[in-house]
Amino acid sequence: MSTQPSKPDNLKIIRRLLLTVVCMFAFGFALVPLYEVFCDLTGFNGRFTDGQAAANTKAVDTSRTINVQFVTRVNKGMPWGFEPEVRSVRVHPGETKVVNFLARNPTGGNMVAQAIPSVAPGEASLYLNKVECFCFNQQPLAAGTETAMPMQFYLDPEIPEHIHTVTLSYTMYDMTQNMTPDALAAIQPTAE
Amino acid sequence: MSTVVGEMDHHDHHHHAPSGITRWLFTTNHKDIGSLYLWFSFIMFLVGGAMAMVIRAELFQPGLQLVEPHFFNQMTTVHGLIMVFGAVMPAFTGLANWMIPMMIGAPDMALPRMNNWSFWILPFAFAILLASLFMEGGGPAFGWTFYAPLSTTYSSDSTALFVFSVHIMGISSIMGAINVIVTIMNMRAPGMTYMKMPLFVWTWFITAFLLIAVMPVLAGAVTMVLTDKYFGTSFFDAAGGGDPVMFQHIFWFFGHPEVYIMILPSFGIVSAIIPAFSRKQLFGYASMVYATAAIAGLSFLVWAHHMFTTGMPVFAELFFMYCTMLISVPTGVKVFNWVATMWRGSITFEPPMMFALAFVILFTIGGFSGLMLAITPVDFQYHDTYFVVAHFHYVLVSGAIFSIMAAAYYWLPKWTGHMYDMGLAKLHFWASLISVNVLFFPMHFAGLAGMPRRIPDYSIQFADINQIVSIGGFAFGLSQLIFLWLVIKCVRGGEKAPAKPWEGAEGLEWTVPSPAPYHTFDTPPEVK
Amino acid sequence: MSIKLISALVAMAPVAAQARSQLNLTQGVTDISQRVYDLHMTIFYICCVIGVVVFGAMFWSMIRHRKSKGRKPATFHENVKVEIAWTVIPFLILIGMAIPATSTLIAMEDTSEAEVTVLVTGSQWKWHYKYFDTDVEYFSLLATPRQQIENKLDKGENYLLEVDRPLVIPTGKKVRFLITSDDVIHSWWVPDFAVKKDANPGMINEAWTKVDEPGIYRGQCAELCGKDHGFMPVVVIAKEPAEYDAWMAEQVAAKQRAEEEEQRLLAMSMDMDEAMELGERVYVGSCAACHQANGEGIPGVFPALKGSDMALNDMQGHIDIVVNGKTGTSMQAFGNQLTMQEIAAVVTYERNAWGNDTGDLVQAADINAFMNE
Repeated sequence: MSTQPSKPDNLKIIRRLLLTVVCMFAFGFALVPLYEVFCDLTGFNGRFTDGQAAANTKAVDTSRTINVQFVTRVNKGMPWGFEPEVRSVRVHPGETKVVNFLARNPTGGNMVAQAIPSVAPGEASLYLNKVECFCFNQQPLAAGTETAMPMQFYLDPEIPEHIHTVTLSYTMYDMTQNMTPDALAAIQPTAE
Repeated sequence: MSTVVGEMDHHDHHHHAPSGITRWLFTTNHKDIGSLYLWFSFIMFLVGGAMAMVIRAELFQPGLQLVEPHFFNQMTTVHGLIMVFGAVMPAFTGLANWMIPMMIGAPDMALPRMNNWSFWILPFAFAILLASLFMEGGGPAFGWTFYAPLSTTYSSDSTALFVFSVHIMGISSIMGAINVIVTIMNMRAPGMTYMKMPLFVWTWFITAFLLIAVMPVLAGAVTMVLTDKYFGTSFFDAAGGGDPVMFQHIFWFFGHPEVYIMILPSFGIVSAIIPAFSRKQLFGYASMVYATAAIAGLSFLVWAHHMFTTGMPVFAELFFMYCTMLISVPTGVKVFNWVATMWRGSITFEPPMMFALAFVILFTIGGFSGLMLAITPVDFQYHDTYFVVAHFHYVLVSGAIFSIMAAAYYWLPKWTGHMYDMGLAKLHFWASLISVNVLFFPMHFAGLAGMPRRIPDYSIQFADINQIVSIGGFAFGLSQLIFLWLVIKCVRGGEKAPAKPWEGAEGLEWTVPSPAPYHTFDTPPEVK
Repeated sequence: MSIKLISALVAMAPVAAQARSQLNLTQGVTDISQRVYDLHMTIFYICCVIGVVVFGAMFWSMIRHRKSKGRKPATFHENVKVEIAWTVIPFLILIGMAIPATSTLIAMEDTSEAEVTVLVTGSQWKWHYKYFDTDVEYFSLLATPRQQIENKLDKGENYLLEVDRPLVIPTGKKVRFLITSDDVIHSWWVPDFAVKKDANPGMINEAWTKVDEPGIYRGQCAELCGKDHGFMPVVVIAKEPAEYDAWMAEQVAAKQRAEEEEQRLLAMSMDMDEAMELGERVYVGSCAACHQANGEGIPGVFPALKGSDMALNDMQGHIDIVVNGKTGTSMQAFGNQLTMQEIAAVVTYERNAWGNDTGDLVQAADINAFMNE
């Protein structure tokens, strides 16, 4: 047709638009790591990278005391017992504390679990540093045994004045089905 | 003018339209494809409407009467999906196909073969979606928003079909959008500068960019749902380090622009019709264009207002609340411009104008409830109640659908070459207007009084309201059959329509005869 | 046309303004809910005023500027001053709305210094409450009988808004809710407190309230959570602190008694009729939502128990799935929700009802043996 514009011109636009489509599809997936970075930076949703914090070198601020509560849950469909040794501790910002969590596998089979942390208020997650935590790794537990799992943490003295209570929640998820039978069979009862 | 027509007749002799089913299967003609889209969307409108009738029949009285809750959830889910992706969006694409080339003086869409595909994959998408309802375990039952993990770990196996069909819908929309953009950029008649384009073309141009930007994100979201359910990934599974709330962020990043995709072309339609029947030029053309662009831009910054209750830090809630409130400024500008267009005009009330005026009022009411919903502290009370259902049905049914009806009444003579039955059209209008308000207005009260959405049964305090709503629903559903009858009648015959049946209408589409010849503007018109 | 439209709108307006309790948002029973209500009404009235102005201008021109009155159209089509005005004025109105909204929001999100903390967990389709710092925890299930839902009995006053064990909170104290979920997303909503927070699996959300009036407050799950989303209400009873303390002491004592009772029941055995009777009760309360009252389940979603291999043959597997649940499905671990006697009864029921005539009779001691093996 006489008025058909020159082809390359169309192609150029189409190519750019298709590139945009591909980029936006990739962007959809890129939102996953972006979201994580965003959550880490802002404490959004009380999620935080469960990385190991550096050992505590902060000065202790004895002028303030913050109540740290522990909430433990096991996901439904999982029969483990999972409790903190204490329900809450009072700490000064900058002070390092160790809290033990007890896990019990009442079933007749070896199991592996993963604890997923969450902090409320979300903002507090920015100031909660874990030096050592069972939640960094999966927890194997032999049939019918129990174990004490330590968690060592301190609150950054920079923590905002208006935060008086920090709740740290762990939800235990069953990871057994992701394990090979050999790996499961190799789980030994812990020395304790 | 006469030479242009002669030229087209001449062409018609060389390009005979094939007849029968192959004409429709293999057509690359924008008018044929436009018609296919419009008929398809109307069929989907009736199918989705039938599901709404099931929902309203179950909710007619408290207690479970007709369907069990699992099926009820499938109905709400598939009703939503069909109305959004099967009725409203294809109807707009159909209008774009028919009207954009004729409005900008182009002989066809820029990419006619792709145009054919983008339509013909759609029926397959919806056949798959509807077929999933008959699978063991039923079709998708997690709401059209398919929040994880209800749509992943806890869904039935039809989820794979749902994902596949959404992918096809997305591909279709993206192809349609590419076509619109290339057509508008490259096929405008000489002299048709961007700032001379009719607003319908402008709003569709912006809508097409929104589609390109967000449909791939939806594709990403459904893909993640698929891999989470079947391939062991944990994007949204807390057990594997994922986060179900992230699903909502990704979904609404698509979802909010999506709601503007469903309303911007309406703005274009109304901006064509109100000046035509007020016999007065559109007030503030340039500000209309900028307002549309502003709405589109802001739509990327407000997604989390759908998620205030998910537990966000205060600063995020405030940010999304302010951005959302801000959207009412450009939207308000549009409404004020329409009123100013009517002001001191010479108004007549033909069916397109009636629907356009109802659109302005009812859409504005939907806008008011939208503004109320934007206020985070009160949104905690409104969220996930019938107040929200009332809000988005006001903007989508008495907004988007009414504008599509207005467009159909405006351009039907151009499409069919016949005038339609004015009496029937007015009956359709009044029946729709009254029933749509009986249907959706009381929902505001149900929501404020505390009735959650997506429930198959409710406490007795909501019984009266639901009965009224259901009656309105049945009446609205039946009223649409009047429209079907009217269109069939108009296609089959009627008073011969002149090239320009509306006295005040402006635009190139009215310079060609009615019905528009199979090929128009083979020789580009001169636009001054 | 225009007159009809006006009269329709006028007819609707008083309905919205008058009715407080039935048709409008509740004012609630807390300071926050009152502030939310005031904010709601303020914005509603602002919208009404804008509506009157805009629609008024529109109807004015629809009536006065019509062709049938011989109007000739004017030719103006832009006016920069007017356009700037109707951009700036709405903006100022918005700022006026944003100020009270912001202060209310900040007050709502201040969860610090609560005196009582309750962990609220949603699961398909019930709520679980656990009082922090105590051992008191329980599930709260819909108490409306199936027959009312199926229209076989008249519906009660609190149809679908009644539970077997409501949450109890003290009046006059700040109560903090930590909200989470066991499976899909739920949303815990009590309109009278203006509290609605999503329960997200793996995450805890915070909300709080301070109720001054003792009373019973009802709400519902507000986020689609599957089949019985419409059947998991929230009921909260606010009691005077002294009454609350007495109630709490009673709960602690009752828990102790239940544990002793459990030990005593272990030694006892039920006969078949007793087991079937108790089993049916437990089944209707805990199992029928998914597996259906007739044991046939929902094909493709919830497996049938009637005629199933597990219910007919695999006794250990059957006890295991009831006690420990099944990961990655809606099947929960009932080991810590039901007593051993109840589990024994419901397993017995499932193995003998609907033509599953295995004749197996399971005793609490069997469950105890299984759980401690």
